[in-house]
Order: sequence, then C-alpha cells, then structure tokens
Amino acid sequence: MTTAKLPDWNSLQPGDALPPLELPPISRLDLALYCGASGDHNPIHVDIDFARSAGMPDVFAHGMLSAAWLARLVTNWVPQAAIRSLDVRFAALTQVGERIRCTGTVDEKFEHEGRRSVRLKIATANASGGIKLSGEALVAWP
Amino acid sequence: MIDRRHIGHQLPPFQVEVEKGRLRFFAKATGQTEPVYIDESAARDAGHPGLPVPPTFLFCLEMESPNPAAIRELLGMDYRSLLHGEQGFSYHAMAYAGDTLTFRQHIEDIYDKKNGALEFVVRKTRVSNQRDELVAELRCVTVVRNQ
Repeated sequence: MTTAKLPDWNSLQPGDALPPLELPPISRLDLALYCGASGDHNPIHVDIDFARSAGMPDVFAHGMLSAAWLARLVTNWVPQAAIRSLDVRFAALTQVGERIRCTGTVDEKFEHEGRRSVRLKIATANASGGIKLSGEALVAWP
Repeated sequence: MIDRRHIGHQLPPFQVEVEKGRLRFFAKATGQTEPVYIDESAARDAGHPGLPVPPTFLFCLEMESPNPAAIRELLGMDYRSLLHGEQGFSYHAMAYAGDTLTFRQHIEDIYDKKNGALEFVVRKTRVSNQRDELVAELRCVTVVRNQ
C-alpha cells in the first residue's frame, strides 16, 4: 500500500463512504499484544480471573484498540496531518471472537477558517451490525 | 459520590520520550502495515522527520505518567467499577519518534446521571513537544458505575 493522498474535496459529497476496514476475529493474543504495546495494563482485558472478579463473563477488548482501528480507517483515506480531530464514544463492549468492521461516511462538507473541511461519521460494528464505537473525525485540506 | 471540589484539579506535568520501537510494536498490535508507520526511510520519503506518532497513540503515551493511577487515587475510584466512556483528540501538530512530549492533565468536570448511579469524570490533557509547540489536546471521559 502507499501513503494516502488527499481526495479531491470538490468531488466529495455527503454520504460518500470511505473504504471500510475489516478486521479478523479478535483473539486473546490480539488483546495481549495491545496490552503490551499500548501500555494499558488493566487486567480486565487479559486476565480472565480478574474479569470474573469484576462480574464479567470473560475478558473483553480495549476500547482504544478499536479506536486505533478507526484511526487507521481515516489515515488510509487521508494523510494523518490532515486530521484535525478524532472523537469516539464507547457504546458497547467488543468481545473476544468478534469480527469488527470499521466504516466512515462524509457527513458534512464545509469551509472552516478558510480551510476546506469535511466531518466524517465513523463507527465500528460486529458481524451482526451491533455498533461498538461511534464518533466523528474532522479532516481539513491544507 | 465523588467530591466535586476536585473539578479543576491539575496534576503534576510529566514528560515522555517517543521511542520508535514502541511505535513499531503499536503498529503490530493494531494491524498497521503502512510503511510510513514502521519504516523510517518510507516515513522520510513521505516528508516526515521520523516515524509518526499515530492518532490514538498519544493516549498510550499519556499512560506513561509516573503515576497512571493518580486520578483514581485522588477521587477514590475502584478500578473494577470504571469504564472508558469517550475519548477525544484535537490535533495541532504531528509528533514523531525522538520527540519529548510534555503532558499537562487536569480534571475538567465531574457529573452524574441516573440519580448518581453513573458518575462521569472528564480529564483534559494538553500535549506539547520539546519546542513548546502544542501537539494535541486530549479529552477522556471515565464512567463510574456505582452499585
């Protein structure tokens, strides 16, 4: 793959979809690697004994792992320097074994402080369409 | 209930050096295979001075605080009752491997819903680099489930 180039702002329309990002089913190894790489050592994501002591049936994925995938969705579409903001809400837990799909659509197109901009709606969902994270990203052209 | 007098509380600033090995490990853990994020020559070819810090990794660097539990301890929150509710980033400048970033955190707000069954702690963090340029502002909402 090559580094993302900015799409032509003039040709973008609200409702346009970004190429989706599909992830393989989440494994316990994925959570262990993210625990180490992220520095988020909360045991609830990797230690089933701890998770059960907190009343959960099993460990579950770090919300910020899904947020990192949403960031990949956007940086696959535009160079990172064009991203002005990224905001996510954690709507539901992402479970081991779930196959997550990241999607984004152009929600609004506008000029802000003289810069051509778009607001994206972004989300992650499991195979049955259950929303896990939802949010938005603001992208500005130089 | 969490004492609302902590609204506005500032934590001691801390500095974190961005290590390129950490960035490559993060790329692996998040399935990132774009050369710009793992190969320094590809990053330079794309106009970057080094491996870029990806958008959400600033949150990870924030966890390198000398005491990541500082707010939990200050507010007396039980680890087991906490959920990450929201996370936001506003970006002002790119950060790169080799940068030394300064994190300035404060408690922006504390509020509750459902008659106190859920409490929300909003932390805001300003991140600047070794040239004192603003890199990003982070907003973290932690949800406390009171039984």
